[in-house]
Amino acid sequence: MARPAEGTLVSEFEWGEVDRAAGTSAPVSIFTHPTTPKSLQLFGRMLGVPASMNVIDIETLSLTFETGDGPVQALSNIDLKIAKGDFVSFIGPSGCGKTTLLRVIADLEQPTGGTISVNGTTPELARLDRAYGYVFQAPALYPWRTIARNVALPLEIMGLTRAQQEERIARNLALVNLTGFEKKYPWQLSGGMQQRASIARALAVEPDLLLMDEPFGALDEIVRDHLNEQLLQLWAKTKKTVVFVTHSIPEAVYLSTKIVVMSPRPGRIHDIVESDLPRGPRPLDIRETPEFLKLAQRVRDGLRAGHSYDD
Amino acid sequence: MLPLLLIAILLVALGISWLCVYLVHLGEKVPAARRFSDLAVPLLFGVMLIAEWELVTRGFGVPEILLPAPSVILSAAANALPTLWEDVVQTFFKSVLSGYIVGCGLGFLAALVINRSGFLKRGLLPLGNFVSALPIVGVAPIAVMWFGFDWQSKAAVIVLMTFFPMLVNTEAGLTAAGHMERDLMRTYAATWGDEMRRLRLPAAWPFVFNALKINSTLALIGAIVAEFFGAPTYGVGFRISTEMGRMNTAMVWAEIGVAAILGSVFYGVIALFERRVTFWHPSVRKGQR
Amino acid sequence: MKKPSFMRESVVPVLTVLAVLVALWYVAALFMNHSMVIAEAELKGLAFTPSEIWLRSWALDKPLLPAPHQVIAELWRSTAGLSVTSKRSLVYHGWVTLSATLLGFLLGTLLGILLAIGIVHQKVMDKSLMPWIIASQTVPILAVAPMLIVVLNAIGISGLLPKALISTYLSFFPVVVGMVKGLRSPEAIHLDLMRTYNADDFQVFTKLRWPASVPFLFASLKVGIAISLIGAIVGELPTGAVAGLGARLLSGSYYGQTIQIWAALFAAAFLAGLLVLVVGWSERLVMRLMGSRPERRTA
Repeated sequence: MARPAEGTLVSEFEWGEVDRAAGTSAPVSIFTHPTTPKSLQLFGRMLGVPASMNVIDIETLSLTFETGDGPVQALSNIDLKIAKGDFVSFIGPSGCGKTTLLRVIADLEQPTGGTISVNGTTPELARLDRAYGYVFQAPALYPWRTIARNVALPLEIMGLTRAQQEERIARNLALVNLTGFEKKYPWQLSGGMQQRASIARALAVEPDLLLMDEPFGALDEIVRDHLNEQLLQLWAKTKKTVVFVTHSIPEAVYLSTKIVVMSPRPGRIHDIVESDLPRGPRPLDIRETPEFLKLAQRVRDGLRAGHSYDD
Repeated sequence: MLPLLLIAILLVALGISWLCVYLVHLGEKVPAARRFSDLAVPLLFGVMLIAEWELVTRGFGVPEILLPAPSVILSAAANALPTLWEDVVQTFFKSVLSGYIVGCGLGFLAALVINRSGFLKRGLLPLGNFVSALPIVGVAPIAVMWFGFDWQSKAAVIVLMTFFPMLVNTEAGLTAAGHMERDLMRTYAATWGDEMRRLRLPAAWPFVFNALKINSTLALIGAIVAEFFGAPTYGVGFRISTEMGRMNTAMVWAEIGVAAILGSVFYGVIALFERRVTFWHPSVRKGQR
Repeated sequence: MKKPSFMRESVVPVLTVLAVLVALWYVAALFMNHSMVIAEAELKGLAFTPSEIWLRSWALDKPLLPAPHQVIAELWRSTAGLSVTSKRSLVYHGWVTLSATLLGFLLGTLLGILLAIGIVHQKVMDKSLMPWIIASQTVPILAVAPMLIVVLNAIGISGLLPKALISTYLSFFPVVVGMVKGLRSPEAIHLDLMRTYNADDFQVFTKLRWPASVPFLFASLKVGIAISLIGAIVGELPTGAVAGLGARLLSGSYYGQTIQIWAALFAAAFLAGLLVLVVGWSERLVMRLMGSRPERRTA
């Protein structure tokens, strides 16, 4: 196979042998690999290697499940590029594969076809590198640990010292406005506070990528609005890349710079909507503006087209 | 005498029953009295049973070999305290504790081992469920043949009896950690050891304690019944069978009382530990906020 | 990913584990019995080659650990090889134990259900009895079994009834505890719905509580039947009974007939397994009649 020109981003599945079972693969470009020493990366940048690459690069990805009833195509021909600093929402009805796609990015599922790179490497290497924080639909806090120890969980596994842990716990709990609740147990907190704690836990790893799977789905609308606002402020302050799964149209349009509309059977991308709303923290009443409503209408049309109630 | 006796029996029954009914209603109406009534009613009921027992056996002159009066049992027990203690040491401290610790420990370790291998899990668990239903106590004569009359054979029976409930329950506990929590560990690139220590073992404690409680009763039963098949000259089971042979039923009941106390205390201690370790489990923290 | 199949998932692992266990058993028998063989050889002044020692240790009359084929042979001999009414037939002894078990189990279940209904509907019964019933689960009730037999024999009741009463007593407690949990299991919203229909206690019981308690009942029945069998066996021990599996166990241990002990033990195990299987099948049948379907595995 011909070697591509130096500096172009190519997924390693096309170049070099990949032994997926062993989890090894040749790095794409030594100048942009995350574990390359900074000095070499700078040198590469001097040579013209682009500094900002797509954080997530997905090409003709597909995923087929073998079930007792026969094969189910959860994802089919997904093409998607997510740049650094984007806030991308996946929206679609149940069964469209939005959560599955997020899980593939997180290396919680393996694709059966196509290619995907996260931070320039395989999802598995990104996971082992702890390149992202994942927030689930439910807080998934351990009931036998206090809030502080729950936030410390990934830090313990990463091997940080107690002092480092304390510092990060304090900082991240402050980010989600939960200072003072360190010694409480999860069941003593409301649903919204628990979810905030789980977001603090995801942030404590200090990843550049945040993957969130319908994190506010179980909360009531007022708490949800409040958390949406806080999330945008957080995103603006920390400049992270966020991939957000939701089935609420207003939420998707309010939060995102890019909205991916998906449809089911088989799971595929129906439309990618680039938002023309101002980037950065937006006030809640932007939801009444005509630009917002136009975007929401486009998303709704996309959802309707891809999904019929007669199914 | 007879009519007086009958009146006494009736009065005690009616009186205490009325008191129980009153206390239950009181507990309903007055929340502050709830705890008191919850404690007092079963106690009163127990007192009533014992009082009636005493009245009926004494009053009707029931032969002692059939059913001795509580007062007779208590005096027999008081006179035989050293023997009772000796029996407790033999049965509980030697046979039960050693068999219990070894059996539960092995069951726990075995669950950790088979948790690693899906194949072993699918092969061993159905067997484990099956063996739990078997009359394992029947291996007692074989154990006596292999390990002799002393506590070792009883401990061996207990090991066999407690192993499978511990295995099955620990295994259920290790898989109790939800999929979401396990995916979370995966996103942290946690090793198997990390995941065990921080997620699966803490999540498994409620199940482990469930098995520990069940096993406490099984262990005591195993020791006592195994002693029916042969024991040195002490032990709760041994005493029960020999005193029965001598028709000394008061002593038999005293030993049964001792066994009951042993059983409830053993169980109670484990329940106390359970409360401390699994303070976070919904079943334990009912009513807390 | 290969599609999961019943054979691969369930049967093969169990058979493998069983095969390994049987192999280990043969090895253990070899270890435990061969000293007896050597002693026997010295006594008779014979010399055995190693392979002969092996074979002998799997064919002794009163081995320390009988080999599997010996146990199976004895099982065959005492079931199919004898007439059912013979006093040495395991079928006869098994029937004696089984009849006591079943009678006791039925009585215990009935009483347990009745008491559970009373406890759930009558506050006073609940408050006074339930703590004792729960506490009694911590007491080694099985230890009382022999005494019950002797006492009943003394007043003239012997044979089937005392053993059945022990089984009743033993299976009663799990049934009460399980049924109380089951009768109380309907959620608050279901009970509220009944309230809006102005249903009386009896209607709530027949239409809601009883159907909701069926899974709990069957869980208790499985525990109850196993413990009833154990109770019947233990009940045969004290008075030197001559009939029943417990009696066979006892006589085997008195006369050192190890193969007989193992055969009786296996017969008891077989009986226990059969009973639990029957309860399991009836549970599935009842659940299917009530409309529930086995859970489907989602992708």
